[in-house]
Amino acid sequence: MNKVVDIRTAIDKIKSGDKVAVGGFGNVGGPMNLLYELEKHPEINHLTTISEDFQMSETPYNQGFTGLLLNGQIDEIVVSFFGHKKAQAKVDAGEVKLTLIPQGTLAERLRAAGAGLGGFYTPTGVGTVVEEGKETKVINGKKYLLELPLKANVALVKAYKADRMGNAVFAYTAQNFNTAMATAADIVILECEKLVENGEIVPDQVQLPGVFVDYVVHCEEVHY
Amino acid sequence: MAVNKRETIAKNIARYFHDGDFVNLGVGIPTLSANYIPEGTEIILHAESGFAGQDGAITPPWDVNDREACDRELNNPKWADKENGWKIGHKDICDASGNLAILSKGASCFDSVVSFMMARGGHLDATVLGGLQVDEEGNLANWMVPGKNIPGMGGAMDLVSGAKKVIVAMEHNAKDGAPKVLKKCVFPLTAINCVSVLVTDICIIEFIDGKMTVVAMAPGMTKEELQKRTEATIHFADKIDVMDIVEE
Repeated sequence: MNKVVDIRTAIDKIKSGDKVAVGGFGNVGGPMNLLYELEKHPEINHLTTISEDFQMSETPYNQGFTGLLLNGQIDEIVVSFFGHKKAQAKVDAGEVKLTLIPQGTLAERLRAAGAGLGGFYTPTGVGTVVEEGKETKVINGKKYLLELPLKANVALVKAYKADRMGNAVFAYTAQNFNTAMATAADIVILECEKLVENGEIVPDQVQLPGVFVDYVVHCEEVHY
Repeated sequence: MAVNKRETIAKNIARYFHDGDFVNLGVGIPTLSANYIPEGTEIILHAESGFAGQDGAITPPWDVNDREACDRELNNPKWADKENGWKIGHKDICDASGNLAILSKGASCFDSVVSFMMARGGHLDATVLGGLQVDEEGNLANWMVPGKNIPGMGGAMDLVSGAKKVIVAMEHNAKDGAPKVLKKCVFPLTAINCVSVLVTDICIIEFIDGKMTVVAMAPGMTKEELQKRTEATIHFADKIDVMDIVEE
């Protein structure tokens, strides 16, 4: 089995209007090459991005969402943390919609989508603005909010090492949101620094099983 | 000699750390408290970015944006010594602020789902975070000032919802002297009834039987002056400790 494709072929799988889940925490574990390729195709737009934060920098090949945002390819940003002036200006001008989700709730909503759950009750956000409009339930005397699964059309994720079947290994803390994002999307595109042959990764060291992955793109290592 | 408020708060937080504790430290003053962990006390630091076992130094002592410096320092035997093995920084290790971090020996890495299982599931002995306002009911506001840019709540709401002890680090009064320890928080809340301990530059307040109870005060501080600088109704423990002070 061989899921390896060139980066252009992979990006063509993204359709305008898609919800795109993007792995990474800050720049660590972010699929920088895939994002960079996506911004070269401004005809793919009206996207909703789902990510831990909205990483932006000025460095080529490592600029996160900068190009996508400035190209006007993004209609809605779903994040837990957000803090960039250029992005804030777009939100203030009403050009981009911003949805904030507590970080643990974001991870768990993605997991719920990937795990086929109808939702879950969490104590996070009880008594805050996060509770507004949500069903609540008292379980064993404690109040919880019902949070629903968060599904994406496409996930862009990044691993340190992958084989041609998409079995992946992450470096240190670069696993972060990558696994949850990958399980929550219909189409999963995995960028890897190092491509190995099937069977070369020890089975019990696989962190993201290849069954979740549709396309593998071998990219240059990005230095943050 | 002027008091260094931030370091004073950080030092007094460290008295709540016990050997073997698993603790999350938020950005700012909470991070500084790692420098005051008592000798012989070993705690494991949780970073919601996905690891347990952050080195006490927290951020590498070089400019993490300087690629050349990173490369040079990551090959420095001091950090990358094979024998001491795990005390390494790498481009794929970041702390909760997204800054390059250093793993300690015996560290473990995990994904974000597991990271927040630890936070919500009661696996953290303590979470320490900054505050904007704290009130009599133990409510905390720390993520948003109305009218200002909204950076997002990040992981704060999850961390306070499950940790065994929630310790808030905050200067007692705003720059203009306005109280931050209130009867009722005005800013949007991070969580309700969550604060266990509040450490400020002039006192330590524990929530005992739901009451704000002062258990320590800065040297020279009087009950009268403390109440004057506090909007909330405060109670005083039978025995009031003297806080450690860090001077400028």
